[in-house]
Amino acid sequence: MKDWRAVAATVGPATGYLAVFLLLPFIIVLLLAFSSAEGPGEAGEFTLRHFREIVDPVYLTVLWRSLRLALLTTVLCLVIGYPAAWAISNLEKSRQVLALIILVIPSWINLLIKNYAWIVILRREGVVNVILQGTGLSSEPLNLLFTEGAVLVGLVHSYLAFMVLPIYAALERIDRRLVEAGRDLGAKGWRLFRTVILPQSLGGVIVGCVFVFVLALGSFVTPDLLGGARGMMIGNLIQNQLLQVRNWPFGAALSVTLVAAVLAAVVVFVRVVGRAGGERAL
Amino acid sequence: MKRQWRLAGLVGVFLFAYLPILVVVAYSFNDSRFALTWNGFTLRWYRVLLQSPEFLAALENTAIVGLTSTLIATVLGTLLAVGLYLYRFAGSSIVRALLYVTVILPDIVMAVGLLMFYVAVQFTLGRNSVILAHVTFQIPFVALVVGGRLQAFPRVLLEAAGDLGAGRIQRARVIILPLILPGIIAGAAIAFTLSIDDFLITYFTAGVGASTIPVRIYSMLKRGVTPDVNALATLMLATTFLLGWLGLKLSRVREEKLA
Repeated sequence: MKDWRAVAATVGPATGYLAVFLLLPFIIVLLLAFSSAEGPGEAGEFTLRHFREIVDPVYLTVLWRSLRLALLTTVLCLVIGYPAAWAISNLEKSRQVLALIILVIPSWINLLIKNYAWIVILRREGVVNVILQGTGLSSEPLNLLFTEGAVLVGLVHSYLAFMVLPIYAALERIDRRLVEAGRDLGAKGWRLFRTVILPQSLGGVIVGCVFVFVLALGSFVTPDLLGGARGMMIGNLIQNQLLQVRNWPFGAALSVTLVAAVLAAVVVFVRVVGRAGGERAL
Repeated sequence: MKRQWRLAGLVGVFLFAYLPILVVVAYSFNDSRFALTWNGFTLRWYRVLLQSPEFLAALENTAIVGLTSTLIATVLGTLLAVGLYLYRFAGSSIVRALLYVTVILPDIVMAVGLLMFYVAVQFTLGRNSVILAHVTFQIPFVALVVGGRLQAFPRVLLEAAGDLGAGRIQRARVIILPLILPGIIAGAAIAFTLSIDDFLITYFTAGVGASTIPVRIYSMLKRGVTPDVNALATLMLATTFLLGWLGLKLSRVREEKLA
């Protein structure tokens, strides 16, 4: 086609915009991460010292915690979200839409507010402690806030809908006749689920896991509000290096590490989990 | 019996999703500074909030940033979608990949990149830097939503109009625009929601004096739990529910019209 002028007029502006405000900034981060320069856009020599700095027990603890919490969040969202999606897909058609809307609305709520709600509930003079002391289950207020557990609860609460929606979409597409056929052939309960339902919904599971893992790994608000120093994750470390410590090259190296981890996670989920599931389905 | 267990579980999940938020709403009407016990109904914290100059300034910033960025992103994103879906060209897969990368990139990384970019090119941080930053994450969503409308686009119409002598501009105005208008409106609504909802990228690129409502909430939270935070959170919730309800209503009207 000789439509290059039309292509340039339509695709050009937005692509140019993303090149300037997305690609260029990332190139600046990448260059700074591998440079001896102290600030973005400054000249410097190639070095790996900012990445060597990451291999320090203090920082490795944060990285390991980020990975662990993101994985735990994904597993918990899956364990809660799959049955929820299954329950919704078994409702009557008209009720399904209502149930989905009820479930999706909280995911529109601002993250700061959702996590703030957990501060109100978990702090020393919060709802949980008032109940525990009121019923005599505990004589002293417990320190529930600023723990890894609080971060985990906040992350699951924040991202649960991202797990339920793709799984529900996959379950909806399952050919119910196959389930009937499986039942007629004598498969029941767990066996029916493992051999008929799970393989067909695996696509939704993978998408949900990727969403939740990537969102949790890069989270800042939840660990910042609910974790404090003991619940710090890589996003908080990056913010700390950028805005407080002002060690920008190190912040850049951490950002590059986070992007690499996100990309690796996507590849692993899609390739490994997808392939394993495909074999099991056979 | 099995069915009852399933429903009970579902209700449990709903409670987990809503209960924490309802506690905040209840506390926002509680006439007690320390919010421990119920001391009676009050609108005091809403008065405190609405009289705070910081809140009003943040509200103004949120509105200006939201509207301006949405306008720019809707134009750029719609053009992009039209180009991507109606023409075949070398490099279209790269542009598509760029869109998905923008969606999946963690906010914190985009925030760091934009801050470093502004510092490198010596762009003063303020309302303008925030608007330009928001357009960046809005474009892909507008393009994907409008693109969804274009997937089922009857190309024959364009060819027919061309055969009848309509020029490129005329075809765009008379055929493409009316068909994708619902997509453009939906895309703009999503872009606006993303803008007023964003905290992290605004926080990094706002500098001093360009705080939006989410940034304001954050700085209030950092100073501790106060009743006016509950009031602000409740107002944000009400806005979210109102926008969501409007969106659902609009989409339902659209479906009925199409049917």
